[in-house]
Amino acid sequence: MNQSGGQFSKGVSGWLLSTPALILLVFAASGPLLIVALYSVLEKGDYSGVRWVLSGDGWFRVLFERDIFDQSVSLADANLSIFWRSVKLSITTTLITFVLGLPTAWFIATRPAKARAFWLFLITIPFWTNLVIRTFAIMEVVRNEGILNTALINIGLIPQPVQIMYTDTAVLIGMAYVYLPLMVLPLYAAIDRFDFRLIEAGYDLYASRVQVLRGVILPIIKPGIIAGCILVFIPSLGAYVTPRLLGGGKNMMIGNFIELQFGQGQNWPLGAALSTVLLLIVVMSLVVYTRVSSRDNPHG
Amino acid sequence: MQREGLGERRLNANIAVDARNVGKIYGTGNDAVTALGDVSISIEEGEFFTLLGPSGCGKTTLLRCIAGFETPTSGTIHLSGQDITYTPPYQRPVNTVFQSYALFPHLTVALNIGFGLKMQGKPAGDVARAVARVLALVKLEDFADRLPQHLSGGQQQRVALARALAPEPQVLLLDEPLSALDLKLRKEMQSELKRLQTETGITFIFVTHDQEEALTMSNRIGVMSQGALLQVGTPHEIYEHPVNRFVADFIGETNFLDGDVDGTRVRIGTGDLLDVKLDGQTGPVTLAIRPEQITLGASGGGIDVTVIEKTYMGTDTHYTLGLSDGSQMIARVPSGFAGAFALGDTVGISIDSKAVQVLKS
Repeated sequence: MNQSGGQFSKGVSGWLLSTPALILLVFAASGPLLIVALYSVLEKGDYSGVRWVLSGDGWFRVLFERDIFDQSVSLADANLSIFWRSVKLSITTTLITFVLGLPTAWFIATRPAKARAFWLFLITIPFWTNLVIRTFAIMEVVRNEGILNTALINIGLIPQPVQIMYTDTAVLIGMAYVYLPLMVLPLYAAIDRFDFRLIEAGYDLYASRVQVLRGVILPIIKPGIIAGCILVFIPSLGAYVTPRLLGGGKNMMIGNFIELQFGQGQNWPLGAALSTVLLLIVVMSLVVYTRVSSRDNPHG
Repeated sequence: MQREGLGERRLNANIAVDARNVGKIYGTGNDAVTALGDVSISIEEGEFFTLLGPSGCGKTTLLRCIAGFETPTSGTIHLSGQDITYTPPYQRPVNTVFQSYALFPHLTVALNIGFGLKMQGKPAGDVARAVARVLALVKLEDFADRLPQHLSGGQQQRVALARALAPEPQVLLLDEPLSALDLKLRKEMQSELKRLQTETGITFIFVTHDQEEALTMSNRIGVMSQGALLQVGTPHEIYEHPVNRFVADFIGETNFLDGDVDGTRVRIGTGDLLDVKLDGQTGPVTLAIRPEQITLGASGGGIDVTVIEKTYMGTDTHYTLGLSDGSQMIARVPSGFAGAFALGDTVGISIDSKAVQVLKS
């Protein structure tokens, strides 16, 4: 047997070996996306589902609405505000988790090796509990008769309960709580690899504490920051349980709005179109992120 | 020649760094570890000063106190007359070349070198000019846009040096900067460092455990052990007139012979009398004899010894010699002379007694 023959068969067997993964990728990842994209351009069924007729109505309704009486077209303000609120809450959640997560990750990474495992274990404990139960726990904290308000009233800081439940604040508290570990873990991984002697080098070269943070620490742990932000921002944008339970019916996010179309709204094409828009927002933000992070290279 | 006392300074020299009674204790109570005892030292402007000692002797702690990374538990440190004991490192006109180089991995060579000047708020044009000048000084003009991880160890070393020199510090601290380099590169960098120090006129404080490095590079050496400064002097003084057994042993190879003062001479274990230069010592003393101060000759001329071992070292041959009282000595003899003696031979040695150091036992 000659050598090239051996390499050829190796190439073929390589493809054969990756077949299960490829099948999984096609059917489990790309397939459902294609179905969603297809449903978004079909006509709405009478009660639910779709009629197999091509229609742009689903996409039209993402941005516009038609008056029931005079059929005049106007921008769908309600939809736009839901999109805007989702993006705003997701960015805020990402910022909150970063501000809380950086010192936390720093603290863990600077502990002795044995203690680090313990602290990391504490960080991962919430993952073992169902999301709904964790969200109910947050409800118990922030509701009017909850722990927070009772405590504040008892120490005399406020005369009556502050309405936190069913506001954007409650949603933010809930999401920051749920997604904080997703920020801490990649930050920890980056800080763990950080050479702390560089901080001394920074101080030695006349950099103040803030300058060392901005000029040395943050640029070096940037991959961890980017990973953490992506890991928090993307699920925040599609969050469903947390805004549903803590935000109530009025403070919807995209996830709840999509669910509404497939449930009570009985408008599957609109739901599918909204899902595709959500996907596009995620892809766009990823592209922007990659551009931004590759732009400030060491030569600039 | 005038002998210098510990930390004493020569007249008419400006003092760059003046450490007074500096002590550093880590921990408290029973766990307390004394890293630095009570060290006083004056380092002159423009001097190449080396802190020499085995690992854990406190030399790096002293350097870190001068850099500002550690605060002494007691004592003060003055820089050109100003008390900087509690000044944060970023406000001291002192730069460090770290043992690990500690180059910023996300910055190019040029940005690494310009970092200090930029942080001092110098205008971009001044920074660029200074970077170009220092790059030329360390001969790295072609590497300005490389990242540190794409450089060899020797090149990284030069970048670290350039980065610390760029802000033109009053004092440059070097923490075993050559220890990671191989022998040939280390030799090159030794003369390179010496050249840079002469060209820039900046005071260098160099920390090393390599006595040869210290002897070849320094204007003065401070020998440290267990948190204490044992002796300060020129390489010649330290080598020729070590103050105690530790310094003699640490700086170069030394034979130690125990003996007793007998009048104006010293009687060693074999019963032989050595005519050494006494400085008022009495009772038991230790003689420190360098291997090159021993001359081998025919039996009967001087002290009779037996050749136990013979090692050819190139230029020199080392003889391990057994004395009649069981003690041993090493003699270093030029190899051209080497054929004359074989293992087991009885040889007569004479010692250049004027060069023998008499130490307190």
